[in-house]
Amino acid sequence: MALFTSPLSRWLGTALAIGALAAVPPGRLAAQAPALHLPYTIDTLPNGLTLIVHEDRSVPTVAVNMWYHVGSGDERVGRTGFAHLFEHLMFMGSEHAPYPAFDRLLEAAGANNNGSTTEDRTNYYESGPRTALPLMLWLEADRMGWMVNTMDSAKVDLQRDVVKNERRQRLENAPYGMAWDNLPGAIYPAGHPYSWPVIGSMRDLSAASTADVQNFFRIFYAPNNATLVVAGDVDPAEVRRLVRQYFAEVPRGPAPDRPSTPAFRLSRDTTLVLEDRVQLPRLYLAWHTVRGYSADDAALNVLAYLFTGAKNGRLTQPLVYDRQVATNVFAGQDGKLRDGDFSVIATGKPGTPLDTLQAIVDREIGRLIAEGPSIRELEQAMNALEASQLRQLENVDAKADQLNAYYYYTGQPDFLAQDLARIRAVTAADVQRVARQYLQAPRVVLSVVPQGHRELAAGRQGVTP
Amino acid sequence: MKRYQLSAISYPLVVAGTVVLATHAPTRLSAQASFDRSKAPEVPAPPAFTMPRVQTVRLPNGLTLDLVEMHELPLVQVDVMIRNAGARMDGALAGLATFTAGMLDEGAGTRDALGVASETAYLGAQMGTGADWDNTEIELSVPKRTLEPALDLLADVVLRPQFRASEVQKQRDLRLANIISARDEPGAVNGVVLNALVFPEGHPFHRPAGGDSGSTARLDSAAVRGYYAAQFAPERTTIVITGDLTMAEARRLVTARFGGWRQDRRARRDPPGIAQLPPATDRATRIFLVDKPGAAQSVIALARAGVERSSPDYYALQVMNTILGGSFSSRLNTNLRETRGWTYGAGSGFAYRPVPGPFRASASVRTDVTDSSLMEFRREIELIRDSLVDPVELQRAQAYLALGLPGEFETTGQVADQVGELLRFGLPFTWWNGYVQQVMGVTRADVQRVARKYLDTSRMTIVVVGDLAKIRTGIESANIGPVELRDVEGRPVR
Repeated sequence: MALFTSPLSRWLGTALAIGALAAVPPGRLAAQAPALHLPYTIDTLPNGLTLIVHEDRSVPTVAVNMWYHVGSGDERVGRTGFAHLFEHLMFMGSEHAPYPAFDRLLEAAGANNNGSTTEDRTNYYESGPRTALPLMLWLEADRMGWMVNTMDSAKVDLQRDVVKNERRQRLENAPYGMAWDNLPGAIYPAGHPYSWPVIGSMRDLSAASTADVQNFFRIFYAPNNATLVVAGDVDPAEVRRLVRQYFAEVPRGPAPDRPSTPAFRLSRDTTLVLEDRVQLPRLYLAWHTVRGYSADDAALNVLAYLFTGAKNGRLTQPLVYDRQVATNVFAGQDGKLRDGDFSVIATGKPGTPLDTLQAIVDREIGRLIAEGPSIRELEQAMNALEASQLRQLENVDAKADQLNAYYYYTGQPDFLAQDLARIRAVTAADVQRVARQYLQAPRVVLSVVPQGHRELAAGRQGVTP
Repeated sequence: MKRYQLSAISYPLVVAGTVVLATHAPTRLSAQASFDRSKAPEVPAPPAFTMPRVQTVRLPNGLTLDLVEMHELPLVQVDVMIRNAGARMDGALAGLATFTAGMLDEGAGTRDALGVASETAYLGAQMGTGADWDNTEIELSVPKRTLEPALDLLADVVLRPQFRASEVQKQRDLRLANIISARDEPGAVNGVVLNALVFPEGHPFHRPAGGDSGSTARLDSAAVRGYYAAQFAPERTTIVITGDLTMAEARRLVTARFGGWRQDRRARRDPPGIAQLPPATDRATRIFLVDKPGAAQSVIALARAGVERSSPDYYALQVMNTILGGSFSSRLNTNLRETRGWTYGAGSGFAYRPVPGPFRASASVRTDVTDSSLMEFRREIELIRDSLVDPVELQRAQAYLALGLPGEFETTGQVADQVGELLRFGLPFTWWNGYVQQVMGVTRADVQRVARKYLDTSRMTIVVVGDLAKIRTGIESANIGPVELRDVEGRPVR
């Protein structure tokens, strides 16, 4: 979670095409969106693998970016953390590239690689000199088509240990880390695909068997459940030829069954308190909202910027600058594939009761609903969000991942113009409406307090700012 | 949930020779394949890399302007670099350089802190300020269409900071709270304690660049104003611009805003010379334990003073460290993560500074294997000293360093950073052009020589942050060195 590194939600930190900003005079919203695009070609192999190619010759590098459409949201209760554990296993060798060839061959070609898992998808990516493209594709094809029979319990046991250490490093041994273990189940009802953390529980990780791994692979790791983006200093025709050469033999798999996503409403506030080995108390407020790219998602993202996108944000200014009761505050809309949530996270100065922070947050939400944002505030938000998109276009890896993300979430690899247009279309009234509709509903209030200091937790009565 | 990522270690490079890949034992060949799937595709030599051209002018007031034109996107990056004393200050004022940098945009020109931030965002710009031991830097990234008003704002921040007492107090209180909060992070604590022990009192690296609670409590607007007046001067400043701009434009825009800048000579203070710094500690290996009751892991680090950036051993050290702990396939990560499953990642690296910064090998490991992990770290370091590395291992490390270089010159920010690094260490702008050849020329004997010279396991400082009740006995009986207890800022605990 990009808590204090980026104030923007995932989809906003993305790409916007060349010339977009040049068309918009400073401080004025364009009457209509300029024509933006992230040029690409797309086609699908007979086995169902979708290939998207983006040509960018500015530096002699290439990015290969594979998305498998499976994440922790596809797991079942009792086997949480499986999608991410599986991600680790994808680096443990395949028939023609037995362990440890994957990393060693790429390093010997001057290339880097990694993977990541979210609730919705698992991605794998390589980047390096353009001459390493055939190697990258060969390795990705081999672990898609020739991996499952090489899996054994020794590999599963080893990476299970590594993942448990990852969990310790990110959660158990990190200040405030256990908040991430508790929030999903507090926001989403039992059985909902987002009701457990991506990294899973220690108990479930221990329970994962080699047979589970092989089943998971057969269900989800088929070419028809993946999209491949190749971006950079490449000839698109040559890319299509190479991809067919390496991937065509991999057989199509069954269409995976997806878990149902139950509709729900939080009927009352959930108040949680965690004592942790921390010096400063931290308040987490979370509300159930909407899917990414659905009707109110853009307004919720603009709302998040207005709250904490800059020092003059409606939450940052009163908490950190005027009242000086917090060291930092973050707001974000996390619109995922099947559902979404909005959170505000604020860290109190030493000894500050979290009720004090919560009261200020509530007061500011109320003020925004009553007054609405000013034109200047909205323009600042739009300009800042647009410019951050332009910056993402500098980086081929980021563009490759964006093409995959847009395709998965919207069905269009080049959704740039529409993405910006939906942000530009947000009005002051929209912001007021979504704040009222979603943030004045029941919510989760999680307090992380220093050990022995439950008196700092939020949810007590009678405190006003 | 990414796999292990190496932190703060980056390697650039260019390419000269052909890279020969290790071949694998052939396996079953698919009948349908029209090619031999059992063979990894060869990777031909990538196109040779040439450092982008840097254009330089010097303004009459002594300020230097360096420009790299990049016209792919309508974006401009402007980095203002001011060479100064940084943390080469008296220990009582540790953190003053970074604090002063942080104050630059907390009110400047006619705008208060919120006004500067609001206007920056309104222009679609991002601005950041920071400092380290010898350099203050203000970075601006901006779409070309709003470059001029954003440069006005930048000039306010560099030349007309307000340093209001009320804002100084606000930021000092924030910094104190953040220093307290950082004590909860075992990795951060390990770093603070380690530097306090490797570098003696009086050495600039003894305290964090951000200062400690004691030095921060003493910060006030007089100290900030004094530091600014003494250390900010056009003769010490280089403005590095990368992006969609020509030299004629850049010169006009910069001259209009910075051409009239003069320092008040009476305020000028030159930093103490490097030769006056106390030498790093070089004692027989000792282990320092910092208690974190209930910790699920132990953060362990083995360290000693490393080497300065300008050292002729730089290339051999980069290759050696890539093999030891500077890549995913490195020996430390392969041993502790991929073979034993004790950690999410293990690695090592040299902090290259104008004077030797720390070498550090570290990992977060499961509590019950803390002492065993220390033994493995020691074993790997001794191994790379005692035996020649495998030729395939050497070749892989060289290629990893050499072939990745173009990717380090992709964005305007990256190019500005690369130019800035050369400037800071007094290296020529053509320096990267020779890098590939230098790296490719490193031999197995060179690797062993620098390992022996810089990695002496009998003279290491070892810091472990973990659950003392569970780890102390095991570490003491491992017989690596005497064990002492320290608090979160490195002070002895009785």
